[in-house]
Amino acid sequence: MLPLKADIWRWSVLIPALLLAMPVLVVFGSVFSPDIEVWRHLRQTVLADYIINSLLLAFGTGAGALIIGTSTAWLVSQYQFIGRRVLQWLLLLPLAMPAYIIAYTYTGMLDFAGPVQGWLRDYFGWVYGDYWFPEIRSLSGAILMLSLVLYPYVYMLARSAFREQSSSMLEASRTLGFCPRQHFWKVALPLARPALLTGVALAMMEAFADYGTVQYFGIATFTTGIFRTWFGMGSQGGAAQLAALLSSFVLVLLVLEQWSRRKIRYFFQGQRQQISPLRKLPLSRQMLVALICLLPVLLGFIVPASQLASWALPNWPTLFTIDFGRLIWNSFSLAALAAVLSVMLALLFGYASRLRRDPLVRLPVRLAALGYAIPGTVIAIGVMIPLAWLDRNIDLLAEQWFDIRTGLLLSGTLFALLLAYSVRFLAVSLHSVEAGLERIKPSMDNAARSLGAGPLQVLRRVHVPLLRGSVLTALMLVFVDVLKELPATLILRPFNFNTLAVRTYELASDERLADAALPALAIVCVSIIPVILLSRTLDASRGS
Amino acid sequence: MRMKSTLLVIAALSSALFSTATVFASEVNIYSARQEELIKPLLDNFSRDTGIKVNLITGKPDELISRLASEGRNSPADLLISTDVGRLYRAKTQGVLQSIESEALTSAIPEQLRDPAGQWYGLTMRARPIMYVPGKVKPEELSTYADLADPKWRGRICIRSSDNIYNQSMVAGLIAHEGAAAAEQWVKGLVANFARPPRGGDRDQISAAANGVCDIAIANTYYLGGMLASAEQRATAEQVKVFWPDQDGNGAHVNISGAGVAAYAPNKVNAVRLLEYMVSEQAQQWYAEANHEYPVVAGVQASDLLQNMGEFKADKLNLDKLGELNGEAIRVMDRAGWR
Repeated sequence: MLPLKADIWRWSVLIPALLLAMPVLVVFGSVFSPDIEVWRHLRQTVLADYIINSLLLAFGTGAGALIIGTSTAWLVSQYQFIGRRVLQWLLLLPLAMPAYIIAYTYTGMLDFAGPVQGWLRDYFGWVYGDYWFPEIRSLSGAILMLSLVLYPYVYMLARSAFREQSSSMLEASRTLGFCPRQHFWKVALPLARPALLTGVALAMMEAFADYGTVQYFGIATFTTGIFRTWFGMGSQGGAAQLAALLSSFVLVLLVLEQWSRRKIRYFFQGQRQQISPLRKLPLSRQMLVALICLLPVLLGFIVPASQLASWALPNWPTLFTIDFGRLIWNSFSLAALAAVLSVMLALLFGYASRLRRDPLVRLPVRLAALGYAIPGTVIAIGVMIPLAWLDRNIDLLAEQWFDIRTGLLLSGTLFALLLAYSVRFLAVSLHSVEAGLERIKPSMDNAARSLGAGPLQVLRRVHVPLLRGSVLTALMLVFVDVLKELPATLILRPFNFNTLAVRTYELASDERLADAALPALAIVCVSIIPVILLSRTLDASRGS
Repeated sequence: MRMKSTLLVIAALSSALFSTATVFASEVNIYSARQEELIKPLLDNFSRDTGIKVNLITGKPDELISRLASEGRNSPADLLISTDVGRLYRAKTQGVLQSIESEALTSAIPEQLRDPAGQWYGLTMRARPIMYVPGKVKPEELSTYADLADPKWRGRICIRSSDNIYNQSMVAGLIAHEGAAAAEQWVKGLVANFARPPRGGDRDQISAAANGVCDIAIANTYYLGGMLASAEQRATAEQVKVFWPDQDGNGAHVNISGAGVAAYAPNKVNAVRLLEYMVSEQAQQWYAEANHEYPVVAGVQASDLLQNMGEFKADKLNLDKLGELNGEAIRVMDRAGWR
């Protein structure tokens, strides 16, 4: 009907979508120049390990996050118990803990040479070989570490989902003769399934992309394999083949998740119904429930943060140097900028797919969203190559036409860095925003229009209030993710530009964990602010 | 004409917004894989002495090389500083470095510690000896790297993952001396003697040995040095002693940290000047000592801490060979099952 208008929509989405898909396409592109000899070597020796370990890691982490996230979300959303109000936001705190840092701290504590085993040996007079102690630097250790910091994704979404289930639902299941446990398994859980799966998918993608933890633990996965093949064997083709295989696993995961979320349209009633009141428990049960909810906070945040604090203590005066203030400011402003950008893109793409069900637009958006499961370094190099190509050609043109050299306009600037973050974290903001948009049924738009509201008024009076929660969630999540992000920051940043994550890496890479503790702790502290804001947002959008 | 001027305006605007590569008359831009703390004071001194402003990015070596390669002739980088010759060799083969002829450099740095073509120069040296726990191992029992594959060491050796370039370079050295087949045989024997699957870094191997997990650790000297110099880890590190292997044969495996001038360096003269500054006696002393490494320039004393580890004969193999054989080394380790 309005071809011109439709075209504007399409192009205003297609161009940024293609720009964002570019790094992923660059990675996939090298598949067409495969390194057959290297591939054969990989297949004969280590490929099976990579596949098995990566899948175990992702599914183990997904299961761990699902169990911890769902159970705590259920308890917090249904029962009244001591400390519930505090615990419901404390449970988000592990989000502020980067996976590689929690891995470092637990290794420091639980390793053979660490204080825990040392104490056991002193106390019982044991020596090496006398006793069994779980090995932290193993695949199961990595699954535990990642589950502890990634469960908040599931928790966050599950909590909203459970709260949104109206009391009439509970009454209905009562009339069917379900006891509370049956209600959970047969009604509440299936209804929350799309939200849970979204959380699990995010956690699994993070696990697939993890490099810091598995590398430190000496586990051969796709990510460590990509680096080894690329740099060690000098085979970019072989590395790209590995990256493409990894991405295809993730693609399957995303398709499944998307498919399960399709049904969400039927689940939502569109309007908020009466929320069921929290159930009261006897005191002893209250203590038990509080303890269960405290456990993940303790293991995922309090214990590692205390360990960091005790390591950092001797270095605390550095905190007040100008240099350190600069690190904090750089990290903070970069993360804020990236969060705003990423959410704006997510809104653009979200609205585009809402208004135009156009595969030409959807495909590049989906491709770009794959970036979340691709290791940061691979994304960074995927950003670097096309930008450098662009720079080179602008430079050549400028030289021919004006006889000036423009040099590097885009590479090595904040633009490159922001582009990389946008690709890497688009999945996070997109998931939140799309989930929010799905709640605004088209009939609401129609109703508002029929009441005489113009399109802008619909946006302001219907969409903005309803989307506020999802947008803020997306902002905070991306903010925290960028703050923790290391590999892309390290490689793409401009001259003389340091962040907290960079400083942490520099010290930790030299195996000076104790010295790395202070910047690591600073990352955690700066991340707490948005995590608390996020918790308040979740509370507010619940409307209680 | 109008389009040209529009383009010009856009270009000017975007460069004002985003470009950080402002060209000063006297500066030098460094991509460094050596961390800031271990280099900044030296660079500050250089700036003070010469008035040349130093701009720095640190990062992981392979990523910095990729960045250099993709930036091509527009790269602002003048100097690439990296650890391990394997990385410098990769930089060289990717064509991101250029050959430098400097009498000051060639006379100061021993031949095997610099590229035959002058593309990279070693600035500090580190060794990868055997570290043993006295009381569990008598030094007479130790002799060569090759001997570590002997069944008498079953379950007694700690070493990190083969992902690490120090191990890749060590195996590459072995391939250079003995050939790939012998090296694979050796790696198989070594893997059979592991006390535990490889995990953690070099310091972890040393502390595992000190705590009774194994009797022998293989680690770089500067990690032991760093531990000995730190308050918390000194007691652990003091429980191991260094044994210099292959002293009657090829000598102990050594490696370098070094630097090369970028292929399209806009400030080549300054970069060479900085390189030459780094082999001056005073700079060598500080640069090596900052990370507990050996100076490369003859006559500059190693720190007391290193001298306590004893004199040793270093492998005379030109390190360029290690870079060349890096890919081969990884395959050998993959086949022999060294994770």
